[in-house]
Amino acid sequence: MSIITVERKVLAKNDAIAMDNRDKLTGKGIFTINIVSSPGSGKTSLVERTIEKIGSRVAISVIEGDVQTDLDAKRVSAYNVPVVQIITNGGCHLEANLVKDALGSIDLAKTEMLIIENVGNLVCPAGYDLGEDLKVVVISVTEGDDKPLKYPKMFMNSKALVINKIDLLPYVNCKIDELKSNALKINPELKIFETSCTSGEGIDKWCSFVTGSIKKYPV
Amino acid sequence: MHELSVARNIIEIVEQNVPKGELSCVREVMLKVGEFSGVVADSLKFSYEIITADTELQNSELKIEAVPFRLRCNSCGGITTNSCGLRECADCLKTDTEVLSGEELKITEIILEDKS
Repeated sequence: MSIITVERKVLAKNDAIAMDNRDKLTGKGIFTINIVSSPGSGKTSLVERTIEKIGSRVAISVIEGDVQTDLDAKRVSAYNVPVVQIITNGGCHLEANLVKDALGSIDLAKTEMLIIENVGNLVCPAGYDLGEDLKVVVISVTEGDDKPLKYPKMFMNSKALVINKIDLLPYVNCKIDELKSNALKINPELKIFETSCTSGEGIDKWCSFVTGSIKKYPV
Repeated sequence: MHELSVARNIIEIVEQNVPKGELSCVREVMLKVGEFSGVVADSLKFSYEIITADTELQNSELKIEAVPFRLRCNSCGGITTNSCGLRECADCLKTDTEVLSGEELKITEIILEDKS
């Protein structure tokens, strides 16, 4: 019997490609966001509201990840920004090599901020670095205030939390203070925003944070 | 079900580390899987079994060491654990803590049977 000692991270290959993506993007001064959430929390709506708010000042490109269809790419392209759709054909998350390929279809010289909308899934995308500067998890109040405790990994690995659909708070059994407290128990460093992509409430604060994170556009 | 993708990565690392012609001698692949690595051990074993069926690795299996979630508290210095992934120190309830373990997902050793 013989033993080969390896001591290697299983996702080392993904991490290495993600680091290449990060070097390429930061080298061109591009600020990159990876948006993750359950299906239907409002990721695409947040992308739309963000483009509406700051798209005239910041050159935004978008990568859309979905299991099937280019519906989201069509939605976002209505805002006159470059969009690349990745269809994973069953894959439950984006991986760094998919983003690397998609970057080939984006004019990076004309991009200041890249938004990657991940596949809707509150579990699998958590462990895959894509090369982003900011991973933001979106949760809608209709999902309930217990989700950070039930799906902790995604909240552990994110830097920001957007609580969306706050216009529906009067109609759902979700205590927003409890939701925030649960999220902070999992990740005390989370920066939290409350938004309604329908009414527009909270979008200003979110966008100020985003533009403040781009060196060229200090708040 | 990203365990299928994780299993593919494991096989790639095994193929990179085992000398050519000895893949069929691999019996065990030792893994450390943190409680909050985001991977379900049973699903990972199942995925590995499916992908390696009818290949040179068909007689190998994953041996998974589960690594508990552990925190060091920067306030009281205590080292505590909890099964929920909370960053709260179980002793003093402060959240100024550092994660010591529980998020890892790595291959440590590959065990081969001698060629007969």
